[in-house]
Amino acid sequence: MSFNLDSYLGVQPDALEVYSQRADVLAANLANADTPGYLAKDIDFRSALAAAGQSDGKGGGQGAPASAGGALQPETTSPDDLTAGSPQSGVSTQQYLKYRVPLAPSLDGNSVDSQMEESAFAENNVRYEAALTFIEGDFSNLNTVISD
Amino acid sequence: MALSNIFDIAGSGMSAESVRLNTVASNLANSDSVSNSPQSAYKARYPVFQAVQDSLAAGTGPTGAADAAVKVDGIVQSTTPGTASYDPGNPLADANGYVYSSNVNAVEQMADMISASRSYQNDADVLNTSKQLMLDTLKLGQS
Repeated sequence: MSFNLDSYLGVQPDALEVYSQRADVLAANLANADTPGYLAKDIDFRSALAAAGQSDGKGGGQGAPASAGGALQPETTSPDDLTAGSPQSGVSTQQYLKYRVPLAPSLDGNSVDSQMEESAFAENNVRYEAALTFIEGDFSNLNTVISD
Repeated sequence: MALSNIFDIAGSGMSAESVRLNTVASNLANSDSVSNSPQSAYKARYPVFQAVQDSLAAGTGPTGAADAAVKVDGIVQSTTPGTASYDPGNPLADANGYVYSSNVNAVEQMADMISASRSYQNDADVLNTSKQLMLDTLKLGQS
């Protein structure tokens, strides 16, 4: 019986990857909080995670490297693979980027609301930590099975 | 890893905000400077921020153009005319006894300073939190 660590950990590693990319986008928003004309963006988490899970399922069946492992080169199974997204990660969230709808218009065309971004960033971090805790728990279960 | 991009992005934000704080300091320090002509009077300086879409920080990430760092595109001088005041005793006074002061608005500069400082704090906070997340990720499975 083969044991697949990817399927054992479930959706959490993908979630971790999407959370870290979302943190990236939110950090960019905060860094550009004073840039005239900058439009705040955010990742549509639900669709991004769904897509990440699909790409994982496809690759995982063939024993391909985990899509969530940023340092691993994803297997190219079709000519489209090279052009789709970044070659560094199997989870590309570029098409799930949406512009944020600003609460109030601003004179310089900047749509970043620092408070909103800051709270979204904090929320994202808590979720990242939660995903880490779940994976941690999976690992400790695994450890129990191995050592007992 | 996407989290490591944050160091570039938040770092660029902190660097840009510190340029802004520098111009505020320069403006406030020169708010009482006088000169003998309107042209040579001190003009308030402002940095122009620009999002960097195609930089090192932006091009490599999976989110592509989204991870925009920020850069200071240049420093512009305010074109608001300064005030001329009659002060014949001043050694810098022109032939008519006028000195020309800077066009720095101290209240505006103070507001700008607070805004820059808050943005800097936000960036520093983002940096710290991301660092903590990365450390937690490194410790995965070790406990």
